[in-house]
Amino acid sequence: MDFLRPASWEEALAVKAEHPSAVPIAGGTDVMVEINFGHRRPEYLMDLNRIGDLYAWEVGEDTVRLGAGVPYAHVMEHLRAELPGLALASHTVASPQIRNRGGVGGNLGTASPAGDAHPALLAAGAEVEAQSVRGTRMIPIDAFYTGVKRNALAPDELIRAVHVRKADGPQQYAKVGTRNAMVIAVCAFGLALHPATRTVRTGIGSAAPTPIRARAAEEFLTAALEEGGFWDNGRPVPPSVAGQFARLCSAACTPIDDVRGTAGYRRHAVGVLARRTLAWTWESYRGTARTAHRKGGAA
Amino acid sequence: MRVSFTVNGRRQEADDVWEGESLLYVLRERLGLPGSKNACEQGECGSCTVRLDGVPVCACLVAAGQAEGREILTVEGLADHARRRARGARARDGRPDPRTGEGTGLSPDPRTGEGAGLSPDPRTGEGTGLSPDPRTGEGTGLSPVQQAFVDAGAVQCGFCTPGLLVAADELLERHPDPTDADIREALSGNLCRCTGYEKIMDAVRLAAARQAGEA
Ligand SMILES: Cc1cc2nc3c(=O)[nH]c(=O)nc-3n(C[C@H](O)[C@H](O)[C@H](O)COP(=O)(O)OP(=O)(O)OC[C@H]3O[C@@H](n4cnc5c(N)ncnc54)[C@H](O)[C@@H]3O)c2cc1C
Ligand code: FES
Ligand code: FES
Repeated sequence: MDFLRPASWEEALAVKAEHPSAVPIAGGTDVMVEINFGHRRPEYLMDLNRIGDLYAWEVGEDTVRLGAGVPYAHVMEHLRAELPGLALASHTVASPQIRNRGGVGGNLGTASPAGDAHPALLAAGAEVEAQSVRGTRMIPIDAFYTGVKRNALAPDELIRAVHVRKADGPQQYAKVGTRNAMVIAVCAFGLALHPATRTVRTGIGSAAPTPIRARAAEEFLTAALEEGGFWDNGRPVPPSVAGQFARLCSAACTPIDDVRGTAGYRRHAVGVLARRTLAWTWESYRGTARTAHRKGGAA
Repeated sequence: MRVSFTVNGRRQEADDVWEGESLLYVLRERLGLPGSKNACEQGECGSCTVRLDGVPVCACLVAAGQAEGREILTVEGLADHARRRARGARARDGRPDPRTGEGTGLSPDPRTGEGAGLSPDPRTGEGTGLSPDPRTGEGTGLSPVQQAFVDAGAVQCGFCTPGLLVAADELLERHPDPTDADIREALSGNLCRCTGYEKIMDAVRLAAARQAGEA
């Protein structure tokens, strides 16, 4: 094994081009487990910790460009307002020690269906900035997950950053597990309301070979909210609409039975989380809408 | 490969390090610092918790090469670290710096010599004829958090203790007056199989109260 320590991003891209088999290591919270247990013996291990660019983020007009190495702890601490769904999801990852090291770039690299960043990214809307010596690609998050623990990166590519759309409305993230800390999700659900476009987006974890969106459920809810004038009148979502949304979210899942839960349980639990996160986000939207109305009325 | 970094304030070098080796292995097996424990090697238990440039991490998940040039604090350096911190705080407050029992707030235990700061421990012989070693912690006494764990009975087999101490000490550094929720959150990555978490909670509360009393 060789330990490679590029000092700059350009150098890292050159190393990856020369040795496509090189395994990048950022927080190491996935890579080191595999090495410690002898599941992986990479020929080259490439440390990304020295590349300062990867640990910075920029808040732009519409998106946050989140460096691939930024640890979850920083997302929770500094980006709660811009990326509430991702901040909530980050807080459910493992433990403080793991959140101080691991980050979204590594989560995307591993692309586990149970990774907690994925449902939040799918719901918010995001693009992965992949780079190689050949150039830069912006990969839509919906096209990034290609199979169980497989992603759309080419062998010579590295993740430079993730561009996540800034929240324009309430977002939630919920996860089923046996306790709060140190739990790999039995299933997880992210929901983002987008009042600016009057749409909703979802993300589901651990209930299909890859993280997925429940597109039929999104379309149904978007249409129902529009038809009922709910974005304007701020009325509660009727139980029948919430129920149908939950059923469509369950129907989007193609889960498996495993030690953490059965397929049937996962499908059911995703429906429960969908209904619950819809109630939370919609309550929060109604609260802000009422305030806005009051302000508008006084003007 | 050769890896050099700072451990508990001292420059250290390790040779013939395998490229896939963890920081934990280097600390324990190459640098003779077995305070950080190895229980799971997969980030689950927290018994290997150290601070990397000040940040609590699982040493079992840091590749040794990633530690190159960086600063590590292990449980062995905790007493010295706490003492420096207390001294720094007093200096910032413009208060005098007392010559004895600096920052520990502990009265020494005449039976074991623990907490006796720089004086040798007549029971173990540690520190006799030697100056205290901040790298290994020998002869440096106990930090307030360590003493609180002893006093609160928060230690049984002790395997989880070093990791808990490093995590708890960092919490109190950030948050001198933590709520129970803060303590639970800060220690949520550290598992204990014997003591039960109540005594551990007691110990952290005790350390916080003593720290406040001293300030
Ligand atoms: C005890 C424990 C509990 C955990 N709990 C959770 C949990 O609750 N939820 C969860 O989602 N995850 C969990 N994980 C998994 C892990 O912490 C996350 O997947 C984390 O996001 C990985 O980030 P990292 O920086 O540590 O990745 P690394 O281990 O450094 O890398 C992970 C993968 O990504 C690749 N990679 C890293 N950076 C890049 C880059 N810039 N470009 C291309 N490829 C890259 C690596 O080569 C590797 O294949 C847990 C892990 C442990 C040890
Ligand atoms: S040995 Fe590192 S967390 Fe258990
Ligand atoms: S594991 Fe034995 S005292 Fe905590």
